[in-house]
Amino acid sequence: MLEKVLYGSKRYYTWIVFLMIIIIFGFTAYLEQFNTGLGITGMSRDVTWGLYISQFTFMVGVAASAVMVAIPYYLHDHKTFGPIVILGEFLAVAAVIVCMLFILCDMGQPTRFLNIVLHPTPNSVMFWDMCVLLGYLLLNLIIGWTILGADKKGISAPHWTKVLTYIAIPWAVSIHTVTAFLYAGLPGRYYWLTAIMAGRFLASAFAAGPALLIILCLILRKYTSFKTSKEAIQSLAVIVTYAMIANVFFFLLEVFTAFYSNIPGHMAALQYLFVGLNGHNNLVPFMWTAAILAFLGIGLLLVPSMRRNEKVLTIALAAVFIAAWLDKGIGLVLAGFVPNSFERVTEYIPSSTELAIVLGVYAIGFLILTILYKMVVAVREQSMVEH
Amino acid sequence: MNRRDFLKVIAAAGIGGIVVMEGLDDFRVEAAEMNKDSNALQAKHWGMVIDISKFQKPEDIQRVANACHQYHNVPDIKDPKHEVKWIWKEDFEHAFAEMESKYLSEKIKTMNFPVLCNHCEEPMCVRVCPTKATFKRPDGIVVMDYHRCIGCRYCMAGCPYGARSFNFIDPRPHIGMMNHDYPTRAIGVVEKCTMCVERLNKGLKPICVEVSRGGIIFGDLNDPNSEVRKVLRSNFAIRRKAELGTGPSVYYVIGGDEEGA
Amino acid sequence: MYNSRKIIIGLVIFVLVAAFPFFINVGKTAQPLQLSLNTPTINQLEKKECIESADYMRANHMRMLNEWRDQVVREGNTVYTSSSGQKYEMSLENNCFQCHSNKSNFCDSCHTYSQVDPYCWDCHNGTKGAGLKQ
Repeated sequence: MLEKVLYGSKRYYTWIVFLMIIIIFGFTAYLEQFNTGLGITGMSRDVTWGLYISQFTFMVGVAASAVMVAIPYYLHDHKTFGPIVILGEFLAVAAVIVCMLFILCDMGQPTRFLNIVLHPTPNSVMFWDMCVLLGYLLLNLIIGWTILGADKKGISAPHWTKVLTYIAIPWAVSIHTVTAFLYAGLPGRYYWLTAIMAGRFLASAFAAGPALLIILCLILRKYTSFKTSKEAIQSLAVIVTYAMIANVFFFLLEVFTAFYSNIPGHMAALQYLFVGLNGHNNLVPFMWTAAILAFLGIGLLLVPSMRRNEKVLTIALAAVFIAAWLDKGIGLVLAGFVPNSFERVTEYIPSSTELAIVLGVYAIGFLILTILYKMVVAVREQSMVEH
Repeated sequence: MNRRDFLKVIAAAGIGGIVVMEGLDDFRVEAAEMNKDSNALQAKHWGMVIDISKFQKPEDIQRVANACHQYHNVPDIKDPKHEVKWIWKEDFEHAFAEMESKYLSEKIKTMNFPVLCNHCEEPMCVRVCPTKATFKRPDGIVVMDYHRCIGCRYCMAGCPYGARSFNFIDPRPHIGMMNHDYPTRAIGVVEKCTMCVERLNKGLKPICVEVSRGGIIFGDLNDPNSEVRKVLRSNFAIRRKAELGTGPSVYYVIGGDEEGA
Repeated sequence: MYNSRKIIIGLVIFVLVAAFPFFINVGKTAQPLQLSLNTPTINQLEKKECIESADYMRANHMRMLNEWRDQVVREGNTVYTSSSGQKYEMSLENNCFQCHSNKSNFCDSCHTYSQVDPYCWDCHNGTKGAGLKQ
């Protein structure tokens, strides 16, 4: 099937070359970090995790969101999702690989990464996170590849793929729950120390992930022969709408608990994010943008006539995706470190090298996604010709 | 032999070979032994009591910090973002932020508090470490195996005391006077106070205790007759963020006349 | 053979690339290994003997150090009783380097020869200088 990747239009090749250039650029930056250490990033003794871990966290959500296509299709026989289930699975594959690369980029001693396996430590959530991510990657890769292979031959997929899909559904929930547990169990980091963290993570993932998937479907529809039905897109859009409402609702629950209880530790991070703390307010514009986009997105999605207009829908989905990204891919991780253990505020600004590495990793993700989707499109084209 | 049988034989031979090789691989010399030093100081739960009255001047902490940092080759990095420190000075408002009060006595406000790793009974850093690079010894000391640290910094997110430092940059050029009897750390690993396990192993007390002129009392918290317990019996002592359930093993006695406490 | 020209050219290029290390080094001989035990401490020793036999140390020092590291750091066992009953501190700084203070002529020469690059020295100082003594 992989051979299908080699034949494409000029536009396809230009896109691949463009990604390759960014990857090389990012890889060069990574080599610099590898040789000189993490001091080259914007991270510090107080803000010990930066863009790498925050992007990792966000992308775990994107990976988990494949389940929002799988559940309706496999458990509720929602037939319109049939053609796009595989797109969800392959999006998950690319997203999990991106997650793993971000973890690797964040390590101070990347050559020792096998120590997590050589010295397995069940009391560490990070150990479990590695286990569930690896399992999820394999599940989606095997399911997606086998189903597509069967498609190519014009036969139905072997029965065991169905068993794996049923396993993959709770597994998807587990990856984001475990990722939330990375944060939610740490004493003294009050922004993270909240029982609703896993719920928030899942809600924001089920909004941002399907939003991205719809946008990808629309791109495929525009440039390829892969035409996702309007019904499928509208169904997914409804999922995005309610997931985003749940996400915002959960966030407001945090705001209530922090400010009604008036406990300084619980208020500090939220104050830092929305009004600034002790004169430090780098993230304030980002968070207000997120808030405005979140409400804009929900507003547009809630009105059926707007949602059915695919131009408006695209704007709404982009708004939801960016809002979720600003909240989870920026604010959540960084604000957890504010204030530090001594009630001081240190701010974090990513360095250019760090940004180049982040871009490079995302480019790898897009490359994998492009290759996988290219296979899907090619196989579908072939079967359309044959039947 | 068909292909299936052939593969089975090959697999069995491979596994058998590995097992035999592993069995033959014992490199140890038969008569050799590895033991604890007979002079090693032993306890069930090492702890410290810091008597703040003995740290009147900032220099009193500086002296202790210098001794510790020089002994352990802790680099002196000026950039606070990359700074590495094992023991250092904080004031009450920052060391005990949760006890902050508008009407704090001037005396407490200006006191100097040496802060260091609390060697918790329930250390969060140990709980979160994915490789057991940070672990708790049976004597209660929380130490690091720098060889095993992958530099994920999860322990730094977990530690509520800010006691851990990461080697963001190569520490070697920032070490003033190298102590050649003690290693440095490599770039990309986390480090912190070790309660001088290497000295305890040889029967010596921690270096900070030795240069503190009685300001830091060291002993077995589990032993009712130890000096630390005696001090704790007769003085009101506080611990940093004890409400988090970490069980810090470092106690602070405000000391001197009781008016301040 | 179908496409024989391309295949043969490809094969030739492959063989050339794969055998590159042989071509580049043809006619050269590797430097013979020279280990130096010439350090002040060793020269003063009456019986020049390491903690175990030289043969054993040559073959197994890396595995021994690997085990020492876990024993010392993780178990707190710091005393090694050798097969001859002699006791030694299990420490690079306070034992090994006391005699083998010539890293470049001792450690490096063999490691370079066998092209291994252990990271011991990232932390453990090979050279003694005017250190702070306690």
